[in-house]
Amino acid sequence: MDEQQELNDLDINDTDPQLSEDEEKLLDELGLKGAARRKFLGQGVTAGLGIFALQLLAKEQVVAALLESPGAVYSQTIGLENAVRVALKINGAAQSLDVDSRMSLLDALRERLDLTGTKKGCDQGQCGACTVIVDGRRVLSCLTLAATCNRKEVTTVEGLAKGDELHPIQAAFIKHDGFQCGYCTPGQICSAFALMNEAKNGDASHVTPNVRTNARNLRLSDEEIKERMSGNICRCGAYPGIVAAIKEVQSGRETAQTWHFATQDEIAAAMNGGGKSDEHV
Amino acid sequence: MNTFRYTEATDAAGAVRAVAANQSAKFLAGGTNVVDLMREYVERPSELVNISRLDLAQIRTTSNGITVGALARNADTANHPLVRKDYPLLSMAILAGASAQLRNMATNGGNLMQRTRCQYFYDIAMPCNKREPGTGCGAMDGLNRVHAILGYSDKCVATYPGDMANALYALDAVVKVRGINGQERAIPIQEFHRLPGDTPEKDNNLNHGELIVAIELPKNNFATRSYYLKVRDRASYAFALVSVAAALETSGNNIRAARMVLGSVAHKPWRSREAETALVGKPATEGTFNAAAEAALRDAKPLKHNAYKVELGKRAIVLALQRALTGNAA
Repeated sequence: MDEQQELNDLDINDTDPQLSEDEEKLLDELGLKGAARRKFLGQGVTAGLGIFALQLLAKEQVVAALLESPGAVYSQTIGLENAVRVALKINGAAQSLDVDSRMSLLDALRERLDLTGTKKGCDQGQCGACTVIVDGRRVLSCLTLAATCNRKEVTTVEGLAKGDELHPIQAAFIKHDGFQCGYCTPGQICSAFALMNEAKNGDASHVTPNVRTNARNLRLSDEEIKERMSGNICRCGAYPGIVAAIKEVQSGRETAQTWHFATQDEIAAAMNGGGKSDEHV
Repeated sequence: MNTFRYTEATDAAGAVRAVAANQSAKFLAGGTNVVDLMREYVERPSELVNISRLDLAQIRTTSNGITVGALARNADTANHPLVRKDYPLLSMAILAGASAQLRNMATNGGNLMQRTRCQYFYDIAMPCNKREPGTGCGAMDGLNRVHAILGYSDKCVATYPGDMANALYALDAVVKVRGINGQERAIPIQEFHRLPGDTPEKDNNLNHGELIVAIELPKNNFATRSYYLKVRDRASYAFALVSVAAALETSGNNIRAARMVLGSVAHKPWRSREAETALVGKPATEGTFNAAAEAALRDAKPLKHNAYKVELGKRAIVLALQRALTGNAA
């Protein structure tokens, strides 16, 4: 069906009775008039998107406007009720922003500072995806009010590598396949980074056989690593790889990588041998 | 989350004044519980007074033991050399709770103030006398698997969920509180939290505006024979179904002194004087431990879904006592 035919068939007026006044206005503002509007609405309705599509478009426009003048994102807090000015250091860079008193550090990082490496999982302190390091200690950014971070130093997953050189714990997560979907990974990595300092300091854990004995530079067993990482949940179940990655870096003893990308020969062999229905490659 | 005014206190007197002046103001320290509750609309303060920069985080020796600052972080408290050496039960209890991230944030004062994790308290669509007095108890006739078996009332069957406080009850801690008029008062830990009775909305005996400044721990002879046992649905990072803080002082095979506190079975840490009486003066044998376990749970009245806690509690007591007896050599 050609485009003109499609528009004729739809036969929708510019003023659609199904649209609210706001929606009409939004379409006008987006410059969607006449045929373009009819096409958009036709597609929207047939795709079952409707208002959702409008919201997406509106959001895109806002984002585009912000990209043109990044300062705009900060000036939008003028007149905000209960605004709190926060000056802090994030990944070594000084930042100053006015936040709503209700805003979490997590939302400040993601929505105000474009540091989207830190992930929002449960937003209620139960999953660890939002783990960041504040003044040298791992904490949950979802339960930290941004307002409380004045004069603090925050390190997020974006701050661990030195340029293109990954932090050893990041490299080890890749080497040991410490993730599948990757959503919990920034939190896992920040947590693992801080865990190493805790072990260096000799901090005890729930599985430490005797908390009365005190030693520094602990070499952690698998059981210890699992307990100390229990605040970071991985829905994909990449735990064996996570433990292996941390153990290698924590112990300083290199261990073999147990996977590799398939070689051309291996791919070819798999393709040729793939005829049997009970074989999986 | 409702809107609220945020301020930072620069001294304890100012913090107390600010909260005392506003009935719906709250102190903010680690925030691990109150921020979560605010996001769920369970807590709706109109003002938060951040006290976390006050100078109340020291841990040091006193003439009769140690004092632990209210704003010392749980992680720092559990790992402090004085605590690990002389009060290992407290270290063990703290390390059994939450996760490394949360222990880095949570303070000792805040830990005492944490609220129940009863799901009916958390769900604002449900009735709850603790959250909204007079609306009824959702758990009484609902799912009450994790609820109380001791000391509850027809108004509330919620449990106190924490671990740290169970050790503090066993160690006879004293909570130092700064009052509205600047005077300090000392609350023996056994009198800090309340049973629900007719006012389950009151978790503890603090007055509005009173600020916990420190927790004092007297000297004891339990360091070598104490153990914190936590039983939960998974190995880590979960609240207890039943927990036991056990401490023994022995002379040969004879028990000279004993402490027994059960967690997650009542509206407050449940110190069992009955179990302690069954232990003191007796040989440290399995038979004695069994008798103590029976004594501790004799008055338990399980609800529809938590009868398992009675047997679980008894077995946990025996195991905790056995492990305490095995000991923690320095």
